[in-house]
Amino acid sequence: MSYTGHFRVWRGDAEGGELKDFEVEVNEGEVVLDVIHRLQATQAHDLAVRWNCKAGKCGSCSAEVNGRPRLMCMTRMSVFAEDETVTVTPMRAFPVLRDLVTDVSFNYAKAREIPSFVPPPGLAPGEYRMAQQDVGRSQEFRKCIECFLCQDTCHVVRDHEENKPDFAGPRFLMRIAELDMHPLDAAAETGLDRARTAQDVHGLGYCNITKCCTEVCPEQIHITDNALIPMKERTADRKYDPLVWLGDRIFRRDK
Amino acid sequence: MASIERPRPPAGVHTPGRAAIPARHLRTDRWWLAPTVTVVVLTAFVVYSTWRAFANADYYAAPYVSPFYSPCLASDCVPMRGGADLAVFGPWWGISPALIVLIFPLGFRLTCYYYRKAYYRGFWSAPPACAVAEPHARYTGETRLPLVLQNVHRYFFYFALAFAVILSYDAALGFRDPAGHWGHMGLGTLVLLANIALIWAYTLSCHSCRHIVGGRLKHFSRHPVRYRMWTWVSRLNAHHMALAWASLVGVAVADLYVYLVASGAFADPRFF
Repeated sequence: MSYTGHFRVWRGDAEGGELKDFEVEVNEGEVVLDVIHRLQATQAHDLAVRWNCKAGKCGSCSAEVNGRPRLMCMTRMSVFAEDETVTVTPMRAFPVLRDLVTDVSFNYAKAREIPSFVPPPGLAPGEYRMAQQDVGRSQEFRKCIECFLCQDTCHVVRDHEENKPDFAGPRFLMRIAELDMHPLDAAAETGLDRARTAQDVHGLGYCNITKCCTEVCPEQIHITDNALIPMKERTADRKYDPLVWLGDRIFRRDK
Repeated sequence: MASIERPRPPAGVHTPGRAAIPARHLRTDRWWLAPTVTVVVLTAFVVYSTWRAFANADYYAAPYVSPFYSPCLASDCVPMRGGADLAVFGPWWGISPALIVLIFPLGFRLTCYYYRKAYYRGFWSAPPACAVAEPHARYTGETRLPLVLQNVHRYFFYFALAFAVILSYDAALGFRDPAGHWGHMGLGTLVLLANIALIWAYTLSCHSCRHIVGGRLKHFSRHPVRYRMWTWVSRLNAHHMALAWASLVGVAVADLYVYLVASGAFADPRFF
């Protein structure tokens, strides 16, 4: 069961480029990345594409297929009609290097800005003990494969380049949530208030919870409901809720 | 004087250095459908509820009271046998008593995390849909006034709990006949029960509720009861969007039912 599919693939670099039309063979069971590889092998030998595992686990082949941020290796050709033109472009929130490859270093810069796990005092590595119900929330966020599709689709930086210095993006706000919910993270004891800095330093307030990060996540992580909104609520505890502030002081609450 | 429109410098997806694609988006699916439905349904609800809130009539048909007018806190409220009509506001309050209380459910829904998503997308196009460029030149999100006030959602949640209790009481009063005798039931009782069930489900599935009952804890293992509650609320919370729409329709239908009965357009079928 093969057919000839019609594709439009963006070719170019930072200086400019355009969508080019190709007719490529498509076979049953294939994904978009298979077709891009066939295109590279048969017609466009210098087509640049970043890929690695072809199994949706390395997060390398992020692109936009028919305008939607997707992993090319996890986008089945069977979801398109045989006469449908399939458009493949690089991620449009990041600077393009060449063809389908973008420069995602923005994300690595943001990753470095997040204070890392603070080891609990008095416990050596190997002595950590945690209850499953305490680590469950953080574990969901550890499924992240860092494909940066959520960063690509988030309109805060996709549509506003000027917000990039102030906004960490959903992936790294989720990283803050992961650490803030970590049962052994001792950041608070060192004076680091992750919820407060999420808002003050990493731009949580820019998020207007329109859930595009959740929609595009290939790992089906509930980024908005389980990470961003809980962090917004924790921030509200610190900054916008006088009752919680008063309760914390009167009852010296241990969380 | 005719103004000269200056071309905006390239921004967003047209920022120099990004892939040079003239189109604002390349989506081929019906991405506009969801925001359009949001705008149509929410606008219809706002028009209907504004009319009913200002109407100040046909909101009580014993034993049923419209959820828009409960609690009724003005002295000129229609007497409701055993109902939540308290003359807190005297005769000086010359307009509809619904306007005293509706600010609370309105605020609860306006600051709700789900409705925020819906109206930011539908009414404000920020963004209209995922990977569809928004039309705004600047964006500051919820970092400053007035949108930073969305953080008061939890306070509206507390009020919403009180309202849910009052509307539950109203639904219980529906088990009387028009003369006030208990042990009766009509179609309106079912309408009010369905409404309050949806209101409770929507209220308890709220993200602030989820945070308050347990989400704010760092160690669930030290708080087993709150962990159990958090698990229940989390399960409900997964359906917050569906419950938001269902309860919105539910409250409008409940009000419409009372209006039809109170205005004489329809006789409430009595079961027993």
